Amino acid sequence: MTVNLTKGQAISLQKNDGGSLTAVRMGLGWQAAPRRGLFGSRTREIDLDASAVLFADKQPVDVVFFRHLVSDDGSVRHTGDNLVGGVGQGGDDEAILVDLQRVPVHIDQIIFTVNSFTGQTFQEVQNAFCRLVDETNGQELARYTLAGGGPYTAQIMAKVHRTGAGWSMTALGTPANGRTFQDLMPAILPHL
Amino acid sequence: MTAELVRGQNHPLPQVRLEVRVSAGKPIVAGATLSDEQGKVCGVDWVAHPGTPTLPGLEVSRQAAADHRLAFDLDALPESVHRVNVLLALPTGTGGPVRFGAVAAPFVVVTGLDGSEVASYTITGLDSESAVVALELYRRQGAWKVRAVGQGYAGGLAALLTDQGLSEARQLADSINEAVIQGLARSVAPPPPRLPESDRTRQTTAPAAPQGTSGPVPPHQRPPVAPQQGSPYDVTGARDPGTSPASGGPINYHHPGRQSAPPPPPPTAAPAPPGEPAQPVAGDATGWSMEERLYNQVWGMFEDLARTAAAYRSAVDFADSRREQELDKLLSDPRSRVGGQGATARETAQTRHAQLVNQARAALDRDLTQLIAESDVVEPALPSAFARWDNPVWHGYRVPMEIPMAVRLGDLHLPESESLRIPMLVRLPLERGLWIDSGRSGASDTLADSDELRRLAMVTAVTHAARLLAVHPPGEFSVHVIDPAGSGAPALAPLVQSGVLAAAPAVGAAGVADLLCRLTQRVDLVQMAVRGGAPDSLPPGLDTAEQLLIVNDFPHGFDDRAVTRLRYLADEGPAVGVHLMMVADREDAAAYGPLLDPLWRSLLRLTPVPDDHLADPWVGHAWTYEPPHIPRGSQVLERVLTQIAEARRSWNR
Repeated sequence: MTVNLTKGQAISLQKNDGGSLTAVRMGLGWQAAPRRGLFGSRTREIDLDASAVLFADKQPVDVVFFRHLVSDDGSVRHTGDNLVGGVGQGGDDEAILVDLQRVPVHIDQIIFTVNSFTGQTFQEVQNAFCRLVDETNGQELARYTLAGGGPYTAQIMAKVHRTGAGWSMTALGTPANGRTFQDLMPAILPHL
Repeated sequence: MTAELVRGQNHPLPQVRLEVRVSAGKPIVAGATLSDEQGKVCGVDWVAHPGTPTLPGLEVSRQAAADHRLAFDLDALPESVHRVNVLLALPTGTGGPVRFGAVAAPFVVVTGLDGSEVASYTITGLDSESAVVALELYRRQGAWKVRAVGQGYAGGLAALLTDQGLSEARQLADSINEAVIQGLARSVAPPPPRLPESDRTRQTTAPAAPQGTSGPVPPHQRPPVAPQQGSPYDVTGARDPGTSPASGGPINYHHPGRQSAPPPPPPTAAPAPPGEPAQPVAGDATGWSMEERLYNQVWGMFEDLARTAAAYRSAVDFADSRREQELDKLLSDPRSRVGGQGATARETAQTRHAQLVNQARAALDRDLTQLIAESDVVEPALPSAFARWDNPVWHGYRVPMEIPMAVRLGDLHLPESESLRIPMLVRLPLERGLWIDSGRSGASDTLADSDELRRLAMVTAVTHAARLLAVHPPGEFSVHVIDPAGSGAPALAPLVQSGVLAAAPAVGAAGVADLLCRLTQRVDLVQMAVRGGAPDSLPPGLDTAEQLLIVNDFPHGFDDRAVTRLRYLADEGPAVGVHLMMVADREDAAAYGPLLDPLWRSLLRLTPVPDDHLADPWVGHAWTYEPPHIPRGSQVLERVLTQIAEARRSWNR
């Protein structure tokens, strides 16, 4: 059962059976640009990047992106940069794994973002999506469709934040523009 | 553990009764020639082949087969025999392949009687050759060794035998082929039932009684016994089914040594009660062997500790800065300066700080408890190369037959984890030289005076060297020492007295120059050979062991030339097996100015006293390094060194 999130909708990551989520994965998938005949290497590749920014009381503490694949504390891990995308059939091309139990105690929010590193807007990208999966059983918790998202090169996807003893997730879906997560910081701050 | 030989490499043989197993995927002929000290085969009765399958001390198959087991009793060979060549050839006139290039690379393995593998060799790179000398077993100073030869002959058996100095080579090659064809003709019938493995082993490894074989036995005179080796289509190599498909099957491109058996499953932790972490188990990591699993597990613990400490420090830093900000805000707010309101707010800030720090501390303690429990099971399970000197594994020390994947240089810990020591494992062969810093720069907080530090540094160096010696097979690691003024003599005593050094420590300027010159030459020679692609052509006297040069009291006794040589060794040596261990105080060489900075930077700096100068690769914490420590009053070092010296004597190396 997948929740298709709309902007601003929040879902709790408390499990139905009362247990709390322990590990989640943010997956990002998109379809590679079609090959351009003879000189296929000159195809304008589409490189989307998933990043996660860890905040403690509205202060960025650590960031996980393609140049820093593991947060210093080891709780958030990026599976590696994908420069071209996939077949566009729903598989994750980049993923960020979060071990919620190991997230340092002062980190209270984790913001997930997507950037188009090569500059294509989401209008030009086919079958792009972002989703949140319960790592322990592979169940999809939430999905967000990016494709056709307008003339933007970045999107602030969602935030996972502490509520009481557990975590919950809020879909943000705010469009923005920027090449890497640094460019998004001004757009992120209002959501904290 | 098996040594995987490459062409030209040799390996000691631990016993004289051996089997050589051959897998080729297609029926081939296996034989052996005996030769004297000059490498000459003295006559046709020095060749074991399907027509004459037994000679004193060895037995080969009676016919062509995809798999062979050749039995050897090297003690039973005539005194005059100095070399035994194991040869393989494609049978001619059988319609099979006529060049080794058309079949899977033959794989040979030397095993003990119990089937334990000693050394293996995959003969690659063959093309138009139809006969090949696979292995050479040879006497070297009273002991037997095996060398991977892989010399092919396009002219077939005749050319091979001619090359070994046999005048009747052509006739012998013909009679071998005849015997093979006879054998094949007879074995097309349904394969006879195989003898149980144990029977065959016992039968073929009994030292063959000397029999008066004079010349090749003509095929028709062969005793009409049922073929015992099975037909050539009978895949007998039980250990290696992958390389011996049925005749006519496709070539198998798998490396035979890599597919023999999947690794035994790693030990798994018992299921934990719900809500609690699983009980740690030694070897609970990925790897193809227990050694590799433990290595990966230790590195996993290292990373976990680094990250858990990072989480704790980050949380505490955040708590500190938040309290700071909150108190600042209170101070700048005039309303809070009067009345109890400010005091309450200050208290709140303090409470929030304490609460967060306590939470962080609890998370750290939870992780540390788990890691300490893991360390408690991992430390006792470590092999000697990874173990502390006080580990009981050193009491049962035996000289190894294989180089381990890594060696422990000491212990690492963080201030948060005083009770948890992570083994500092570095891969072998060493990629960088070592620098045991005898200077005060790294140990300013200790009271040890400089003489004491120098003494400690030399003791530490000897401890490292002894461990490196102990984890290498006999003769595969030589230690040289430069001690220009003899000041390191007391510390070096264990090495000198047990006789494990390659030579007495070099003293004086002349000794320094001479030793450096020899090592430089060695590096140069090996480099030339490697670059020229001719590692076989190194001079026979060259010691192929890894070399470690311990330099004490640098730059005492060094002239400019010697310093240049030393820098050359530090730069070029590790790639060709020459390693440097400097026991030095950088201040002593201050006269050289910045010229030596690259030298110091290229070395891994270790200290004789605990010092926090090593950074982990993930977060970059400063870890406190503790040098290896031999328990007071323990004779373990001396005992191990004595055993190494004994092993060397018995191996003649």
